[in-house]
Amino acid sequence: MFSAPHDYNAADVRAGFISALPVLAGVMPFGLITGVAMAAGGIPPLEACLMSVIAFAGASQLAATQLLGSSAPVAVIFFTTLFINLRFMMYSASLRQHLRQLPWGWKLLAGYFLSDNCYALCIGQFSRAGRDKHPLWFFFGAALPVWMTWQIGTIVGVLAGAAVPAAWRLEFAAPLAFVALSVPLLRDRGMVAAALAAGLTAALATALPMRSGMVLAAIAGIAAGLLFEKRTT
Amino acid sequence: MSLTTIWIAMCGMGVITLSLRASFLLLPPHVVLPPLLRRALRFVPAAVLTAIYMPELLLVQAVPEVSLHNPRLLAGGVAILIALRFRNTFLTILSGLVALHLFHL
Repeated sequence: MFSAPHDYNAADVRAGFISALPVLAGVMPFGLITGVAMAAGGIPPLEACLMSVIAFAGASQLAATQLLGSSAPVAVIFFTTLFINLRFMMYSASLRQHLRQLPWGWKLLAGYFLSDNCYALCIGQFSRAGRDKHPLWFFFGAALPVWMTWQIGTIVGVLAGAAVPAAWRLEFAAPLAFVALSVPLLRDRGMVAAALAAGLTAALATALPMRSGMVLAAIAGIAAGLLFEKRTT
Repeated sequence: MSLTTIWIAMCGMGVITLSLRASFLLLPPHVVLPPLLRRALRFVPAAVLTAIYMPELLLVQAVPEVSLHNPRLLAGGVAILIALRFRNTFLTILSGLVALHLFHL
């Protein structure tokens, strides 16, 4: 299961590590903001830090904070996590040919570390370089600094967030983080339609029991996106 | 919120997220995403991320309030414009927080 591939290559780990360094400048502030928002949203410090380790997925941590704060049932939190993180399934599909020769234990470990940043770094490298970099070692070289930075960022954020007075309204950082994550995605007609339909549905359906409006919103958004996308073929 | 709920939520989130991330790494090579599902999945991030923040901006005590008396909507609007213009996470959040304080004055 964990029988290590014999071709451990420190140079490839280093190459991955160096390629990750510029990205850390973006991971750190987002980790800080997530930590602050979790603390301001009422998640106790230990649980907030553990959530960063167990889920290791910023947007769903923020969403869970919002939902826990509004007393949504855990089923809605699971559903929202599933939808927010569906993109990881696409990353997984796209990286699998590069990691196909690994034992399954290593694949599971690689899966745990497969964040947005790590995916972007690796797919860029793998599609450029032929066979000169070992995908596995480059992957972990890039994944570890991203993971470490995320953990440090959220811990500092949680500690800072707990010390900040409520008058600063830092809990508003959570919806703003979603603005920052979603607006850059709105690059074509289909995306704008999906966002508008989902956003309005979610706002109008909040009266539905147990925040099930989230489910409706996701379906409305996907339907609107498919309806309005520009057909290229 | 109870501590038990937080722990259940946290563990479930871990299992779901890891399953998605490891999914195709572990599945046999002949299992692929059907084209329609692949098309639909493209819209999921934009739809779900917007669905999370929009109620926070539009609603005041659970009622839609589209007017100058809704500081969260105005501050969110500022943040959206900044995000469109600069595509920078930190700047977007900072501008929204500053705007919220100004509109509350």
